[in-house]
Amino acid sequence: MVLAANLRLDANWVDYGLIGIYFVFVLGIGILARRSVSSSLDFFLSGRSLPAWVTGFAFIAANLGAVEIVGMSANGASYGIPTMHYFWIGAVPAMLFLGVVMMPFYYGSKVRSVPEFMRRRFGTGAHLVNAISFAVAQLLIAGINLFLLANIVEVLLGWPLWVSLIIAAAIVLTYTTLGGLSAAIYNEVLQFFVIVAALLPLTILGLKKVGGYSGLKDELLKFPDGVDRVSSWPGTNLTGIDNEVLSVIGIVFGLGFVLSFGYWTTNFVEVQRAMASKSISASQRAPIIGSFPKMFVPFIVVIPGMIASVTVSEVSPNAKVPDVNNAILYLIQDLLPNGMLGIAIAGLLAAFMAGMAANISAFNTVFSYDLWQQYVTSDHEDEYYTRVGRIATVAATIVAIGTALFASQYTNIMNYLQVLFGFFNAPLFATFILGMFWKKMTPTAGWVGLVTGTVTSVTVAVLSVDALGPMSIGVINLSGQGAAFVAAGVGFILDIAVSIVVSLPGKPKEESELRDLVYSLTPKADFREEEGSRVPWWQTPTKLAGVSLVLVTILNILFW
Amino acid sequence: MSESNTPQAAHSEPREERRHRAGAFDIRNFIAALLGVYGIVLLIDGLVGTSDAEIAKAQGINVNLWTGIALIIASSLFATWARLRPVIVPERHDRD
Repeated sequence: MVLAANLRLDANWVDYGLIGIYFVFVLGIGILARRSVSSSLDFFLSGRSLPAWVTGFAFIAANLGAVEIVGMSANGASYGIPTMHYFWIGAVPAMLFLGVVMMPFYYGSKVRSVPEFMRRRFGTGAHLVNAISFAVAQLLIAGINLFLLANIVEVLLGWPLWVSLIIAAAIVLTYTTLGGLSAAIYNEVLQFFVIVAALLPLTILGLKKVGGYSGLKDELLKFPDGVDRVSSWPGTNLTGIDNEVLSVIGIVFGLGFVLSFGYWTTNFVEVQRAMASKSISASQRAPIIGSFPKMFVPFIVVIPGMIASVTVSEVSPNAKVPDVNNAILYLIQDLLPNGMLGIAIAGLLAAFMAGMAANISAFNTVFSYDLWQQYVTSDHEDEYYTRVGRIATVAATIVAIGTALFASQYTNIMNYLQVLFGFFNAPLFATFILGMFWKKMTPTAGWVGLVTGTVTSVTVAVLSVDALGPMSIGVINLSGQGAAFVAAGVGFILDIAVSIVVSLPGKPKEESELRDLVYSLTPKADFREEEGSRVPWWQTPTKLAGVSLVLVTILNILFW
Repeated sequence: MSESNTPQAAHSEPREERRHRAGAFDIRNFIAALLGVYGIVLLIDGLVGTSDAEIAKAQGINVNLWTGIALIIASSLFATWARLRPVIVPERHDRD
């Protein structure tokens, strides 16, 4: 993000007061959640006790951090309506798939993390690769969230970077060390409502300014690439693929099926929230309930970006270097009076802190259960691992501050590293889905497929024109988002192919060991808790998912 | 999206005296409190603190006032929901 000195906001005491109140609530939640922590399962998975609506909102709020708000409003300013695909083709179908198909395995097998599922299904080879790459990625992303937070405070309020870095880190550290996952999740839910309270009025004012949605469309059509900005298909400006048919395939298969399914179904930051639910049905409903607000999030994130592209000269495509990353900030400066300003700043800080806390709470669980307990010492009492988790939280926060300072010097490197870790998800999804539905897949195939798929994805990205920035060498003529979609897609296909070839002559695990891990070897009763209890349709995962799917299809058609 | 937080059997179960309301730490009360405080501050600010220039900047809308009202409504919805369907949690009996 470029530092724009002209973005300084005129915050008064009311604004600061509103921000201060938010911090009191955040810390209060941490202190109260402390009381409910009496075992490691309480600390790392909220004792598997939360209602589905709480974990459902946490599920999307954990993702509604800096990367999402800054990144998706920037995409809105650069590409317009095709950005909606990230939500309506990407996230929502993937969340429904997680809830209906995959969550029963994660919850029913009683594993405590996604890597642990990997270990139970395929043994330690695949597990170690998965656990370490996940832990490293979380530290990195926590640092990015922290950096973006401190950067925004510097731009908007003029505080030095290091001051807000340390204050924000100390607050996140306090509540996650005290209350564990419960504190993180409760704060995520709270954050979601504050960010809506900030961005919804902003969007309404913005729309009023441009004359409603039709006025916005008229303005966008004045740009040379205006036609691409007002309709979602074929999205050639987003993919960078000129051929319309290939562009659509790239979006549906690359962004939708491979990248988004990979992210939402195997990323433990997300899955951990659903795992904290109080029953198998609640864990299934968590991502499905989350899909309802998720499909409307782009209206308060992407649309403001699009509005900024027509109302803010610095963000407009006619500017020499459009400052799209600050689109939302410019709009806040232009439209919001004191008072609302405080809510908006509190909302942004809340989102970035909650995003960082989500990364750290997922990190400390994988570190404690999957690395420390599995490979270092497994013979201690349960309380010992809660303590390990707390120490890991402190260490992770310190590392995140370091990462944030590094990011402030080398912003681009951080962006590309993040893209790089994105390539780990697609093969992971391939390995999981094959392992869940094909009992003959062997442990060797587990790690060989995963490594082959990941190496392939990264190789394609390196060979492309710019998927990994300066690290790409341009042998294959693919650029922009399209390159990322192709890299992920090829990794996915190769992972499946190699896993099948390696499994066929090999010896699969004993069928008795695969109960609750593989579909055909799991008695249906394991996935259903109460027999014969009548529940209304909105508590039945499949029916609720059906309603969500219908709604998101309507949205897709409306913005065709 | 509303969902019963009360276990089905809670009302008829003999163990009921071992359960208590999670009143102090129901996240809905927290959400209601924060949105309520925000709503009241914005409402007052909208009534007495927002200048004409600020209203003009916000496209002629007194956005503090209206957001304040909306937040107060949202706050009372959460408070009502928490009141009507309280969370029943089992007493902790181990290692407390």
